[in-house]
Amino acid sequence: MERKVVYPQKLLPYLLVAPQIAITLVFFFWPAGQAIWMSTLLQDPLGFSVQFVGLENFEAVLKDPAYLATLQRTFLFSFGVTALAMIPALLLAVMVDRVVRGATAYRTVLVIPYAIAPAVAGALWLFLFQPSIGTIAYPLRFLGIDWNPRIDGTDAMIVVVIASAWKQIGYNFLFFLAGLQSIPKSLLEAAAIDGATEVRRFWTIVFPLLSPTTFFLLVINITYAFFDTFGVIHAVTQGGPGKSTEVLIYKAWYDGLIAQDLGRSSAQAVILMVIVIGLTVIQFRYVERRVHY
Amino acid sequence: MTSPVLPSLKPGRHNLIPHLVVAVGIAITAFPLWVAFVASTLSNPEIAQAPMPLLPGNQAVANYGEALVQGGRSGRILTPPVWEMMLNSTVMALSIAVGKIIISILSAYAVVFFRFPFRMAFFWMIFITLMLPVEVRIVPTIQVITNLNMMNSYAGLTIPLIASATATLLFRQFFMTIPDELVEAAQIDGAGPMKFFRDIVLPLSVTNIAALFVILFLYGWNQYLWPLLIGTDARMQTIVIGMSKMIDSAGGPTDWNMVMATAILALLPPVLVVVLMQRWFVKGLVETEK
Repeated sequence: MERKVVYPQKLLPYLLVAPQIAITLVFFFWPAGQAIWMSTLLQDPLGFSVQFVGLENFEAVLKDPAYLATLQRTFLFSFGVTALAMIPALLLAVMVDRVVRGATAYRTVLVIPYAIAPAVAGALWLFLFQPSIGTIAYPLRFLGIDWNPRIDGTDAMIVVVIASAWKQIGYNFLFFLAGLQSIPKSLLEAAAIDGATEVRRFWTIVFPLLSPTTFFLLVINITYAFFDTFGVIHAVTQGGPGKSTEVLIYKAWYDGLIAQDLGRSSAQAVILMVIVIGLTVIQFRYVERRVHY
Repeated sequence: MTSPVLPSLKPGRHNLIPHLVVAVGIAITAFPLWVAFVASTLSNPEIAQAPMPLLPGNQAVANYGEALVQGGRSGRILTPPVWEMMLNSTVMALSIAVGKIIISILSAYAVVFFRFPFRMAFFWMIFITLMLPVEVRIVPTIQVITNLNMMNSYAGLTIPLIASATATLLFRQFFMTIPDELVEAAQIDGAGPMKFFRDIVLPLSVTNIAALFVILFLYGWNQYLWPLLIGTDARMQTIVIGMSKMIDSAGGPTDWNMVMATAILALLPPVLVVVLMQRWFVKGLVETEK
């Protein structure tokens, strides 16, 4: 879509785009170019010798069992966060849609966690799950469950998944509710008159009509789990115990800034970049369809 | 009032279940917040006696006062007083929100209302920033900041996070919907581009600006990795970072009442902004994600 009526000035538009272009060049293109360039270099940790190695860093990263383990862990983590953030949100949206009265109040409460920083959300759940004093850990221990996220990797993973998903439920709820409320009521009434049960109506009418929203949320939640949960993990487990909660973004940061392995860290950054581009393309292609409901 | 999506064939029977499910959902959502609040009003020995009480204690004034004025500690490391860190967070969140809105509205205006060489090239340069969150290009970005001598400065803390396309895209989309007739009428009246921007475009964009402001304030306030790396000096620490530093990750003793008081103070501003500006928040959310 293009405008027909525009202003004729020659210099002014350049002045108007200048601030954003300047910031983008300095703080985006420069470092992004550096990341790609560094991913093809091998440097010793002290920076004395630098050698161009082409795609060797990528090869090394993709063959590294530790990286592959992190990749697998990231998928597990993302799947956990996405499922735990979306399924309860859908259930709550369906229920709130039915009670109608009070929907705004429910929405207000449910969306609050979305406003909270991931690191703060992590701290709240870590506190609840503290082995000795946590309000949730206490009954677990009482039931004879040996619970300690400081020592046990699975326990630590459960805490970071719950904290990350908790934050995202309100967001998903908001979109599901909007999707539900835009489904034509006449369709459902007709089905009801034809004698379709409630469960049947949900699966044959509501759920298919909700699928663009669901797909959109799926992409958003996966992106969130991949990139925005750094704060939760850094504040709660620091990737540990062992490497049990280290996900891709955490590893790229750790290898680059803590372990000072710039080449491999940059290669990891470039791999992550490809993942983001993939997710963004999918999002933009399907976003238009979302408008149909 | 709209009718529910799933009209029940047997009215009355199902009315209780949705309320119950929603009540349980809300209880689970609110539970961590309640426990955090309660913990922030207790003394440490009270927290340590498992199970911890679930009703507020009488230490609220003492805890919050100490956190605000003195700060907390983790092992031997002292964190700065909370009020100082909240000031940093406020500066950061406001600078990012205001800065991003200003540069985005200007560049979107240029791209939509002018025809000039490299217009689309500029647009794509901005657009492509969507592909690469700051976390991904963190190491080289830090080097750039070091080269520019911007470590431990508000500029270093905020400007790099301003470079992103979402706000520009949103304004561009909105500007496309302004009717040509309006622009023509303004031109006939002799209004130059900046007058048109100030008197027509800006007032029309108020809702979008408000919506974006809420989203960006949240984004800025809740940042973690960036301030962790840029604000190495305690004076530059944001409250989110300060709070997480108070948790002893080595497994040593943690002053949970202090951590929870700080956590509550850290989450209050963004939560208030969202609750008070809910209408704009929802609008901003739905539109920026499109």
